Amino acid sequence: METPLTAKIRPDGEVIDLAAYERAGGYQAARKAMQMAPAEIVDQVKKSGLRGRGGAGFPTGQKWSFVPSGPDAPRPKYLVANGDEMEPGTFKDRVLLEGDPHELIEGMIIAARAIDAERGYVFLRGEYTDAGERIERALHEAASKGYLGKDIFGSGADFDLRLHMSGGRYMCGEETGLLNALEGKRANPRAKPPFPQVSGLFGKPTIVQNIETLCNIPHIVEKGPEWFQKLSLTGDAGTKLYGASGKVKKPGCWELPMGTTMRELLEKHAGGMQDGLKFRGALPGGASTDFLTADHLDVPMDFTEVAKVGSRLGTGTMIVLDDKTCPVGMVYNLEHFFAQESCGWCTPCWSGLHWAEEILASIEAGRGSMEDLAKLEHICKMVGPGNTFCALAPGAAEPLQSGLKYFREDFERHIREKRCPWRDGR
Amino acid sequence: MLTPEEQREIEVEAAHYPVRRAACIDALRVVQKHRGWVSDEAVRDIAEFLETSAEDIDSVATFYNLIHRKPVGRHVIMVCDSVSCWVMGYDKMREHLKTRLGVEMGQTTGDGRFTLLPVVCLGACDRAPTMIVDGQLHANLDPPKIDEILERYK
Repeated sequence: METPLTAKIRPDGEVIDLAAYERAGGYQAARKAMQMAPAEIVDQVKKSGLRGRGGAGFPTGQKWSFVPSGPDAPRPKYLVANGDEMEPGTFKDRVLLEGDPHELIEGMIIAARAIDAERGYVFLRGEYTDAGERIERALHEAASKGYLGKDIFGSGADFDLRLHMSGGRYMCGEETGLLNALEGKRANPRAKPPFPQVSGLFGKPTIVQNIETLCNIPHIVEKGPEWFQKLSLTGDAGTKLYGASGKVKKPGCWELPMGTTMRELLEKHAGGMQDGLKFRGALPGGASTDFLTADHLDVPMDFTEVAKVGSRLGTGTMIVLDDKTCPVGMVYNLEHFFAQESCGWCTPCWSGLHWAEEILASIEAGRGSMEDLAKLEHICKMVGPGNTFCALAPGAAEPLQSGLKYFREDFERHIREKRCPWRDGR
Repeated sequence: MLTPEEQREIEVEAAHYPVRRAACIDALRVVQKHRGWVSDEAVRDIAEFLETSAEDIDSVATFYNLIHRKPVGRHVIMVCDSVSCWVMGYDKMREHLKTRLGVEMGQTTGDGRFTLLPVVCLGACDRAPTMIVDGQLHANLDPPKIDEILERYK
C-alpha cells in the first residue's frame, strides 16, 4: 500500500530537513513542473480527480482553471495554503506541517506555477507553534537554494512565499474569512461572487487550498493522474489522512486509500473501543459533519459515499461517541463551540447558534421541555444552507440535526427525568 | 510607545504584505510576546505605526482568541474545551486546575503566576485531553501530570 503523503515523515517525530527531503526524491516534481506549461499542470491535476481535503471536496484542478491567465490577468496573483486547522476533532494537517514542511512548499511551488502566481502565504493557526518554527526554517532552506524568491529553479518565474501566524479563530479557516484575516481585518466572510479565484486577496486572483490537498500535488505531477486514481478503493481518487479520536484504544492519524470504511478505521487502525465501552456513533469528518451510527460502519469514507448516507467526509478525522458518554452533552459542547466562534456577521448564525446553545444547556441541566426539541429542529432549518454568508452555521446544524435524529431517546430522557442520566450516574 | 525592538520586528512582518495595515495581527503578536498582553495604549501605538485607526486595530485584537486585551499572569494556561477533549475528560481537568490554582476560568492567581483560560480545539485530539501553557502543547493529561507540568512554570 502506497502512502505518498507521509512516506518521508520521520518516525522519531523530528522534521525532515531539505537535504534529507531531496535525498528521498524531493523537489524533483517541482523541477519537472518548471518544464511544463501551466495549463498542462492544471490538466494533470484535473485528470487526477483530486478533490479538496479541507472538507468541501471541490475538484482542485477545476478551481485552478477559474484563475484568469494570460498577459492581461491582474497582478500579482496569490496562492494561499490554508493551515488554519481549527475544525474540532481534526489533527491531520498538523502531521504534514510538522513532519514534512518541504512537501507543502514543493506543492505550493507547483500550484503557483499552474496558476502563474508570484506570491504566496502559508496561513497557519497560531497554536501550531512547532509547525510554525519548522515551516519558517524550511522556507529559509528552500529560499537559500533558489527554490523560492526570484527566478526559481532558473525558470525566470518568481515565487515569494511567507508564513502568516494567525491569532486563533475558527472563522479564519473559511476561505474568504481567511483572506480578510490576511489583509489584517476581522475574519468575517465575504459575499460571493466575486469568487476569490477572480478577486481574492487584496482584490487579486487568489487560490486558497488546504494543506493536505497541496501536499498531494508533487506526487500527482511526478507519477501521473492514473497512478493517483489507482491509490483509491473507490471513485474519489488518492489516499486520505484519516483519524480517530474519542474513547478508542489507539487514537491516531493514518494515511490510507481513499474509500477505507469507518469499520476498518475503528477496528483495525484505532484498535476498537476501549474496554467496557460500545460504539454509539461518530462525527465522520470533524465537528461540522452529521453523526453516523453503527449502521453506517461499512460505508466507504469518501466524499461521494458518505454524502449518500446523509453526512460528509469533511476532514476525514472522526470523533467517536461511546455508550457511556452523553450524546446531549456532546452536542451541547459542539454548539457551544460554534456559537462562540461565530463571527457575528450574519443574524441566523450569531442569533441562532447562541439560541441553540442555550436550549441545549437547559436540556442538559434538566430544565428542558419537549417543545425545545421542535425549536432546535427549527433553528437547524433557519441556519441551514442558503440562509447564511458562509458554511459555519450550516456546519453547526449538522451534528445538531443528526443528533436529534439518532439520539432522540436520549434527549427525551433528559426532559422526562429532568436530569442528565449520564452525569448523575458517573 | 513601541520599543525599537518591537518596531523592528513588526517592520519585518509588514514587509511581507503590500498593505501596511495587513501586518496588524503580527504587530499584536509581537507586542504581546514582549509585554504579555495588549493595552489600550499599545493598540493606539500599533495603529499609528501601521498608519490606520485604533478602532481598526482593536476590532482585530478583540476578534482573536490568542490576543489578550487584559493583563494576564506570568504564564497563561489554555485548556482545550472542544469535543474530543470533552469526551476524554475536559470537565475533570478543568475542575482540577481550578481547585489546584484556586481560581475560576478567566482569572489570574493572586501571586500573578498563572492565568487560566479555556481554548478551542488545539488539533491534538488523538492525545486528548490537552492544554497549552505559554504556547507549548501538553497532551494526554491527567491530574498528576497537570501538577507535574505546573511545577515547571515558576
